Amino acid sequence: MERDGWPPPGSAEHASVGPLLAVDLRGVHKSFGAVRAVRGIDLAIRAGEVVAVLGPNGAGKTTTIDMILGLSRPSAGEVEVYGMAPHQAVSRGLLSAVMQNGGLLKDLTVGETVQYIALLFAASRPVEEVLERAGIAAIASRMVGKCSGGEQQRLRFAMALLCDPELLILDEPTQGMDVEGRRDFWSSIRQDAARGRTILFATHYLEEADAYADRIVLMREGEIVADGTAAEVKSLASGRTVRATMAGADVAALRDLPGVDSVEVRGDTILIHSADTDSVARYLLNETGAHDIEITARGLEEAFLALTVDGPAAGSGYTDGSGASLDAVADGSFTRDRSSR
Amino acid sequence: MGGFSAAVLRIEVRRLLRNRRTLIFSLVMPAMFFLIFGLNSAYASQRAGRGNVSAFIMISMALYGAVLATTSGGAMVSVERAAGWSRQLRVTPLSPVAYIAIKMLTSLVLGLASVAVVYGAGILTHKPAMPAYVWVATALCVWIGSLLFAAFGLFVGYLLPSENVMQLIGFSLMLFSFGGGLFIPLSQFSPALRTMAAFTPLYGLNQLVHYPLVGGALEWSWVLNLIAWLVIFVAGAVWRFRRDTARV
Repeated sequence: MERDGWPPPGSAEHASVGPLLAVDLRGVHKSFGAVRAVRGIDLAIRAGEVVAVLGPNGAGKTTTIDMILGLSRPSAGEVEVYGMAPHQAVSRGLLSAVMQNGGLLKDLTVGETVQYIALLFAASRPVEEVLERAGIAAIASRMVGKCSGGEQQRLRFAMALLCDPELLILDEPTQGMDVEGRRDFWSSIRQDAARGRTILFATHYLEEADAYADRIVLMREGEIVADGTAAEVKSLASGRTVRATMAGADVAALRDLPGVDSVEVRGDTILIHSADTDSVARYLLNETGAHDIEITARGLEEAFLALTVDGPAAGSGYTDGSGASLDAVADGSFTRDRSSR
Repeated sequence: MGGFSAAVLRIEVRRLLRNRRTLIFSLVMPAMFFLIFGLNSAYASQRAGRGNVSAFIMISMALYGAVLATTSGGAMVSVERAAGWSRQLRVTPLSPVAYIAIKMLTSLVLGLASVAVVYGAGILTHKPAMPAYVWVATALCVWIGSLLFAAFGLFVGYLLPSENVMQLIGFSLMLFSFGGGLFIPLSQFSPALRTMAAFTPLYGLNQLVHYPLVGGALEWSWVLNLIAWLVIFVAGAVWRFRRDTARV
């Protein structure tokens, strides 16, 4: 299945990686002095998955990625990439990364930068091909220092594609890009993922995690607080809401249903929030005269806040804005995401 | 030496040549100093060992240029660390030792260019005179000897943030050059200053690179000085390098 003359990732040069896990973290801790950045996480990523690590700033995303890349060593626990130590996977070209920022020399041209990195690998894709793929072939002779943030990010992407890695890691890849730049960048990544490359990206843009990942790993204060599809994470955090029209509801009976955590009555409208909305709906239809039943999931945004924010703000949406931790989470990106939704 | 190749070196040299500041300091200035200080008509007639004083000054200026070049080359690690380039390289098969080898060799290429420019100026002006083999021997000594300062550059490059590193290098090399007797003959120093100068890093190297021209007795203090500073700079560079590449 070749497209544009590109074989699927890792088809030729790499030894078969078979059914090994792309990433296998077991009981990983990482402390910097008294700061416990990562507090015992287990994470298994299978080949071909597109996984988003989502979390507020300081949740331990970059620390985790650094350990997967072999840039730092866990204080405790095991990190394996395709069954080997990260630095071995790096030197075999199984794994590459698009760094959050930096990592570029201003006094090289775009083409020279890619060529430089290409020379370091025993087997690498041709420079022209990679530039083309990242959409920067036209600016190959431009100095890196004169490139926009988006162009520099595409350059980092091109560099990461050189070794045709089995696993591509992106740390906050679209930070500082405008909406259009982000969309273009993600369409390149998506094309790449369609070929079967395993992709792990960290982000604090909820929209990106929701739109581009098969699986979301939600981190908070160095721990994984949720792990699953976007739909699973949403329901995990907040369940769903059943809305029905019903006069004289038996609020106490509704509260006793399994999974129900709140019942709200507004005139003839009743709102039941539950982790098991199916049972609620069944009850309403079978046992009561409720009609116009509507089941709605809460957004990933609410789930994210519910799972990553402590205290009274949890679950009540970001508009609350009272907790200090909430401000740290919001960080501007929420409002942007919401308006573009 | 994973990832090391001549093509990488070519890109590195091209990069160095783009840096106008490095070019002026390590290529233009030493040649200009030679043209200013080395062409006094009296120097062409004044003997110095197997040649004349003009040749002696040419060698000093070539050494000054070469150490500036190699120090700047080594100190590039400072800029590359600040830019996150070193971190990027760590997610490639390039080994840290190969990276250092690339920096050293790049420094040597620039050092060679610096020697070539000063010696070229010497040839074109017809003033320096010495036997052909002394031209070659001194040029080689200056070039190879300047590697000592690639280690110095690496050391300060790992030690200091990039904003300060070039200023410090310019200043300290100027100081070392006076101490080594590159600009003013040490015989014109007071005895106390002369004793102090003998402990500075360019002293031994400067004496040794002039040796093919001057001849006479080889003093062990020069060799000792060179070796001591080599050990200090290399140990310092290795120490900082280890710290930098440690996977914490």
